Amino acid sequence: MTSATHRSAQEIGRTSSGPRPLPELGDQRAATELSHVDTTLSNGLRVLAVRKASVPLVEVRLWIPFAGEDALHSATAEVLAETLITGTAKRDRVEIDAELALIGGDLGAGVDPERLYLNGSALSDGLPTLLDVLGDVLTGATYGEPEVTRERERLIERIAVSRTQPRTIAREALQKQRYGDHPVTREVPQAEDVAVVTPEQVRALHAASVLPRGSVLVIVGDIDPDTVPAELERALGGWASDRSALVLPPLPELTGGNVLLVPRAGAVQSQIRLSAQTVARTHPSYPALQLANLAFGGYFSSRLVENIREDKGYTYGAHSGFEFTGENAVVNVDADTANEVTAAALLETRYELARLGLVPPTAEEVESVRQYAIGSLLTSTSSQSGLAGQLMALATTGLGAEWLQEHPARLAAVTGEQVAEAALEYFAPKRFTGVVVGDAELLAPKLTALGDVTVGSETAD
Amino acid sequence: MADPELVRFTIDNGLRVVLAPDPTAPVVGVSVHYDVGFRSEPEGLTGFAHLFEHLMFQGSESLEKLAHFRHVQSSGGTFNGSTHPDYTDYYEVLPSAALERALFLEADRMRAPKLTAENLANQIEVVKEEIRLNVRNRPYGGFPWILLPPVLYSTFANAHDGYGAFEDLEGATLDDCAAFFDTYYSPANAVLTVAGDFEVVNAKTLIQKHFGDVPHRPAPVRPSFAEPLPTTELHGEHEDAHAPLPAIAVGYRMPDPINDLDGYLAYLVLAGVLTDGDGSRLQQRLVHREPLVVDIGAGAGLFGPFEARDPDTFTITAIHPPDVERERVLAALDEVLEELATTPPDEQELKKVTARWAASLHSEHDRLVSRTLALGAFELLYGDASLVHRLADRMSAVTGEAVSAAAKALRPDARAVLVVKPANSEGMDEQ
Repeated sequence: MTSATHRSAQEIGRTSSGPRPLPELGDQRAATELSHVDTTLSNGLRVLAVRKASVPLVEVRLWIPFAGEDALHSATAEVLAETLITGTAKRDRVEIDAELALIGGDLGAGVDPERLYLNGSALSDGLPTLLDVLGDVLTGATYGEPEVTRERERLIERIAVSRTQPRTIAREALQKQRYGDHPVTREVPQAEDVAVVTPEQVRALHAASVLPRGSVLVIVGDIDPDTVPAELERALGGWASDRSALVLPPLPELTGGNVLLVPRAGAVQSQIRLSAQTVARTHPSYPALQLANLAFGGYFSSRLVENIREDKGYTYGAHSGFEFTGENAVVNVDADTANEVTAAALLETRYELARLGLVPPTAEEVESVRQYAIGSLLTSTSSQSGLAGQLMALATTGLGAEWLQEHPARLAAVTGEQVAEAALEYFAPKRFTGVVVGDAELLAPKLTALGDVTVGSETAD
Repeated sequence: MADPELVRFTIDNGLRVVLAPDPTAPVVGVSVHYDVGFRSEPEGLTGFAHLFEHLMFQGSESLEKLAHFRHVQSSGGTFNGSTHPDYTDYYEVLPSAALERALFLEADRMRAPKLTAENLANQIEVVKEEIRLNVRNRPYGGFPWILLPPVLYSTFANAHDGYGAFEDLEGATLDDCAAFFDTYYSPANAVLTVAGDFEVVNAKTLIQKHFGDVPHRPAPVRPSFAEPLPTTELHGEHEDAHAPLPAIAVGYRMPDPINDLDGYLAYLVLAGVLTDGDGSRLQQRLVHREPLVVDIGAGAGLFGPFEARDPDTFTITAIHPPDVERERVLAALDEVLEELATTPPDEQELKKVTARWAASLHSEHDRLVSRTLALGAFELLYGDASLVHRLADRMSAVTGEAVSAAAKALRPDARAVLVVKPANSEGMDEQ
């Protein structure tokens, strides 16, 4: 199929006129100001409404702090999220779906140890219907016996599937390694706990915890933000309580420690997951830290990716990035690698962590990550869903649209010295803890020889 | 809604160009689609089109290895590429100040990519890691896009694994790369798309400046991948070492996506009627009423619709508990299809599906990267990027009778059934 007479690879890579210079960048236009409203409804719900009329759609995100100490909390919360939108006093499951479908809409719920979230979208002229359905499920979800029974079964089956995913296994191991028994570790409930959740327990959890005060709702799209608060008062006014939504207790501060090798017999690939304490977005060092992280492993042109993927071919993807939980922030480093190169990949990762502080990013590296941070913020907020996601992440720590619009200037002001200081302080290898999940028989000899690695026991649970 | 402005033209070396200006955000998307995907790769070289996609990022005459990534990202941009059955795409999304840079980067690797033995060896390792990550070390890896085609199709082009066998990847040579590039990566076999914040006149000048002297080579004659429809029910089985529950994929042939677009769209509406939302027919019957499956989905294409020429695949996939016999799942599926074949869905049921489609198309095109790639893919496959803006209306015009006819064509005696069996499930043993 390919041509029999073709040039050689060498001939293809050359032209008679030779290499050409990279064009300079042109003038950059700034993003237009966002027309927005940031207010609190009478029921205590914070609302952030932003006009972005690029397409005739509207995106709605609701975040309800949803912590719980009870041993069955995570299982009950999962069943609640799965059955929240399966019926109210006014509409059954099929009617909810039909009303949403006719406005090109969707509404979904999910839960994690920190929050219950509802994400919705619709054609923008369907916003009143979307909000009406939202208000209806928040105040009138019925959690019928057949729905709860059926979703419980499906959930148990899904948990079985989820626990065979290497990334879920690695995530559970990392959570346990760094946070012990803190409720934040209960991301995927135990199947036997889900099996005993009753509709009454779900209803009781809804009454106790699905609360507007302390929650945040973000609306982005082809809307008039000034009219949104009144529309929400109408649609969600009946959702009220004097109590506030339940916030997760603070996470313990991470200190460095050994990496735990978690055995997974027969795995053909290992998951490397490292983590260290950093600081929140509101901290003065955050912009410098953000740039240091990008230079380390936060984008493709980073030291870690260039080393263990592009130079050595140890991995398809290596990443580092922040994880924010309440006011807490950590940086996570992850890579999946073949068994033969796992120890070498961990060695190179630790080497790059140390090098970031000792041989800090050059002026050229800093300029590159600065442009990337500013440009990718422009790109990610240029769509309605991207902007809604960004605003929600900010809103949960009390920040808003202003922070987003001011952030490019903060990034522009960071100096090379500040990046170097952040690198040395926050990326030192001794600050990290973590796990490697993989075939211990194959991995243990080399990993233990590397040092600061403990071999865990065979049973993960 | 009025169609946004589109400017389409072809430059002297045969490169087709689509310009889609939109000033709502100060960012720009640039993509190049080459008319070659994994259906075109030579026998014995499975996975080669995708491996070659990796090599296109590894340097060119003007750019050292890694420079492409650095120049895009240090301009504030993001990038990637992907390989499909019938095309391979490359793209950047950047602040609009970097438009010329993006055009330069794409032109330079179209003109003179640096293909070296060292980069080939390195990317073979990276691709093997990608396959371990996405297929071999994961439950339901490659389900159904790698596993179903060899059951439904009989020719190498349609049936083989687009990710490739390790021994084929390891056997790829630099000369294979050179032959592949000279055959398929000619400007006359490609579409350049620019979407977002730019001036049309300026973009035209820059495109001529950077792509104008990429020498013309003739586009290869595109073979037909047509093969006869199945005349019986075909069966395949796959043991999955990681999967905790059995799964099933049913594959059907569907109308020619290019030459019978309205026929093809009727199958997309059918997919929505079957599995989109709690009120859809298969969700209702198999998830909520009986219940026989954990999850069920239906759709066109191995990675989604509008990304392949004929033949394309309609798939229904389900994961089910071990105590449910798959014959019951198949029987229920056939009953639901039979109901639709005799009684067309009413206006309300169609409207539910098409309103959701309209919203999801808007949402997809609100993301600049998706809009850029859709325009390029439609120009390449359909010869008309503007179809992107008419899809929602074409979907809305699909009649209940057309959906009924589509359901009738999904016959048990002309389909492939792939069964995934958990092999000694480690996940269950650990509990």
